[in-house]
Amino acid sequence: MIGIIDYGAGNTKSVMNALDRLNVPYFLSDEVKELRSADKLILPGVGHAKKAMQQLQERQLIPFIQTYEKPFLGVCLGMQLLASFTEEGNTKCLGILEDQVKFFSLDQEKVPKMGWNTIQPSKDVLMKNIPDTAYFYFVHSYYLPSSSYSIAEAEYGIKYTAAVRKKNFWGVQFHPEKSASSGALILQNFINL
Amino acid sequence: MITKRIIPCLDIKDGRTVKGTNFISIKDAGDPLELARKYEEEGADELIFLDISATERKTELLTELVERLASELSIPFTVGGGIQSVDAAYTLLRNGADKIAVNSAAVYRPELISELSHAFGAQCIVVAVDAKKELDDWWVYTHGGKKKTDRLLYEWGKEAESLGAGELLFTSMDHDGTKKGFACEALKKLNETVRIPIIASGGAGAKEHFTDVFKETNVDAALAASVFHYQEISVPDLKRFLAQAEVHVRL
Repeated sequence: MIGIIDYGAGNTKSVMNALDRLNVPYFLSDEVKELRSADKLILPGVGHAKKAMQQLQERQLIPFIQTYEKPFLGVCLGMQLLASFTEEGNTKCLGILEDQVKFFSLDQEKVPKMGWNTIQPSKDVLMKNIPDTAYFYFVHSYYLPSSSYSIAEAEYGIKYTAAVRKKNFWGVQFHPEKSASSGALILQNFINL
Repeated sequence: MITKRIIPCLDIKDGRTVKGTNFISIKDAGDPLELARKYEEEGADELIFLDISATERKTELLTELVERLASELSIPFTVGGGIQSVDAAYTLLRNGADKIAVNSAAVYRPELISELSHAFGAQCIVVAVDAKKELDDWWVYTHGGKKKTDRLLYEWGKEAESLGAGELLFTSMDHDGTKKGFACEALKKLNETVRIPIIASGGAGAKEHFTDVFKETNVDAALAASVFHYQEISVPDLKRFLAQAEVHVRL
């Protein structure tokens, strides 16, 4: 059973709908006790990083996530929160990754980045059967720089992290729940873990 | 590289699409969901639903529709039409809309844009602008093009951006319905004025018009309604055509 962390993120419903379309059972909760019983967790995320961290803090979810040992997937802002810090509201994040999330300060490209982009996936179980021609839907103004934990990169003026993995923690910058069949495949890969 | 987006737009009244379509494969031409599903299958990058109903049950019916759309669509969609408050936007977003479009209400109370942007983030706030050229100036109109305002297109676009809009949807009233092509010159200038993405709207009549707007301006997306609904242009054909013309699209 998948647990979706309910902390008021904007795309929670979309993630639930996507799991419904895949016929995958899930539950929504903001309680550590319940979330602990899940086989895997998804942290959705649309909104402001500072508010998101406050919401997680209020629900006492931060230490729980930081010590989580089963498969975990952060989506969009949910991925950025895995970092140590974000320039969005100068917010301290979960610190699963040492990296810091930065604002897109690009001369050539528009901000927010909004639209469909291909990614360059590397070998990881989450990227199984994802070709480098598959498109994903991105909407964001902040990005996680590429690192040794990147399992896919996207390009927008610069190359940056489209998907990341550190141990049991995965994160995707794009919205798999809004990326048609390619997005469904990513979610299915996570479900199959 | 990010692709240029093709966005079919559906006008909604009391939960139904206003103009029918002639898709043979669609049983109920008035059902927005059936049409939306069709466009998703065909490779539309995004959809926009503009609610023009003026009944008491407007909010209720629109919310129901958004919920149905969200449960089936796996591409992003925007909902607009008469949204005047954070609460109204919240209901639609909570039920699964990805973005909210505001038009008249934002012109009369620009703080609405910053309120929405603070509450939900710039990425889900689309400011829709209808404008018309008189002599050398583009004037902003509201209420579905019925009321002229004292605002100018470029200045309003810039202000909307600074208030926290994440995207502009510009409809040229001079081009809308003419099928003679998009307002490339104005779109080009608007694009040079702001740094947020722009959706071009009004005037699509042939595939070449989409090539023109993407080649002549740096807009991010192009919207059309009737040419898609009446199958004068099909989304897959259009995208292949654009790809051949070296416009980067999602195929």
